[in-house]
Amino acid sequence: MSDLTDLSLLEAARALGRGETSSVELTRACLDRIASIDRRLHAFLCLTPELALEQAQAADARRRSAGRESSNSLSPLLGIPVAIKDVLCLQGVPTTCGSRILEGFRPPYTATSVQRLIEAGAVILGKTNTDEFAMGSSTENSAYGVTHNPWEESRVPGGSSGGSAAATAAHLCFAALGTDTGGSVRQPAAFCGVTGLKTSYGRVSRYGLIAYGSSLDTVGGLARSAADLLPLFQAIAGHDPLDSTSMPAPLAPIHLDDADLQGVRIGVPAEYFLEGMQPEVEAGVRLAVDLLSSLGAQVSEIHLPHTDLALPVYYLIAPAEASANLARYDGIRFGPRLPSADLLEGYLATRGGLFGSEVKRRIMLGTYALSAGYYDAYYGQAQKVRTLIKQDFDEAFRQVDLIACPVAPTTAFGIGAHGDDPLAMYLEDVFTLPANLAGIPGIAFPVGFDSARLPVGMQLMAPHMHEADLLRAVHVYQRETAWHLAVPAL
Amino acid sequence: MALTLEEVRHIAELARLHLYPEEEQRYREQLSAILDYATRLRAVDTSAVPPTASVLPLHAPLRPDTPRAGVARTVILSNAADTSEGMFRIPPIFET
Repeated sequence: MSDLTDLSLLEAARALGRGETSSVELTRACLDRIASIDRRLHAFLCLTPELALEQAQAADARRRSAGRESSNSLSPLLGIPVAIKDVLCLQGVPTTCGSRILEGFRPPYTATSVQRLIEAGAVILGKTNTDEFAMGSSTENSAYGVTHNPWEESRVPGGSSGGSAAATAAHLCFAALGTDTGGSVRQPAAFCGVTGLKTSYGRVSRYGLIAYGSSLDTVGGLARSAADLLPLFQAIAGHDPLDSTSMPAPLAPIHLDDADLQGVRIGVPAEYFLEGMQPEVEAGVRLAVDLLSSLGAQVSEIHLPHTDLALPVYYLIAPAEASANLARYDGIRFGPRLPSADLLEGYLATRGGLFGSEVKRRIMLGTYALSAGYYDAYYGQAQKVRTLIKQDFDEAFRQVDLIACPVAPTTAFGIGAHGDDPLAMYLEDVFTLPANLAGIPGIAFPVGFDSARLPVGMQLMAPHMHEADLLRAVHVYQRETAWHLAVPAL
Repeated sequence: MALTLEEVRHIAELARLHLYPEEEQRYREQLSAILDYATRLRAVDTSAVPPTASVLPLHAPLRPDTPRAGVARTVILSNAADTSEGMFRIPPIFET
């Protein structure tokens, strides 16, 4: 093996199973690659090398004591180095949400999703960069500096899980956790050419995920393929008594080997192909749909008539929820406090001085939408139109099994391209927000490159709790194509 | 939907955010543009549409109320900017 980090997650798991390598070796290989490359990418905000090597040694010991006979019952994640988006708590390890207002915060407990990875035997390499409180589509809103796209360092990696996407694409880790409130797993996955799963609302516990938009927030994963994502998804999915919105439904077994597309009905929504979108993105998606069709899928055009309202609905509901969730940052219980003469001045100074401009913008927007005299016109109306958007999907899934569409209107844009124009940045989310409003799962995966050699991504969406259908469909596509195997030259 | 500077200051006060004058001006323009964009929602007839607060079927699960270990007070306090005698210490509220 030339470089252990070039193995896929499942290849690394097989090499571990055959005793050809150890978790300590895999972990050292990832830490070495991070040390040599991440100065340029800035995918990680915090590394946990001591914890990682300790977990790796424990994983190696666990595999040895399991012996060859019972090794089949071990999770493929045992001994696999992964990264965690820095909005998920890991006990005792700095967790910033990309914000100065949480500088120095060390969570007293670990998020359920992270804990389940640890219990499966995964090795935690560190915490990855994110737009502040996951509010953004480029990681440019991180208070700790932007992450660079591994395919072209002058481009953004997408966001808000841009650190996790860049780390996965650059082979700094074998997989990563991200979160998706309006597209924050899928859009960076598309921009970085990796496979990213947004889970159904309620599928993965939000306990220990620092809240942004509580009716929209989901935990998901990024990896180099659907096959690599499967063990990650299986580890984190399932009911958690610590999250009252986690669904009690158990996860049925998922098998990818026998996956096929015979008779699978795929709808292509006309509303997801906009004038002004990058022609290469539309062409790449249409070509991939043709391939899915030639593999047995029944493709038809469908309509999701309220699609153009998803953006204004999201940018009222998410900020409204954020304004409530972020009221807890008061400079008293966690994070730094700026000096002040009295309590009120302390709130004003600390929150005004330590929140970044996008976070303040959304808090203000949400506060306004919830304020007396405007509640019905803005927040109330947005909640009603949200119902119409969800009903669009309910209707569509009576006709089709999956929906195929672009992830974003363009490939990765340049750092600084949207300047200080928030509305232009919000438009990046136009194809990903609807799934969050409806609570359904979506997956992004690479289907080609544009003329600048930047990855083109495509999205599939499925009914609530049907992640297995997404993983199986993408696995069929990835059996026939090699886009997901392309590696950026770094 | 143009916000006035007074409205921006009022929102910032409600949200407990100190803003510099140039921020007030910038947010006035940006929030006005975003709210302008959102006015397209008003054209939708929702008189017969119920609101969606959560996509999940409504349920408020109950569990037995059994005591369990919590996080130690010292651990919780270790994240605070200022503590005293096992408590959070805050700036004065009343004049002394």
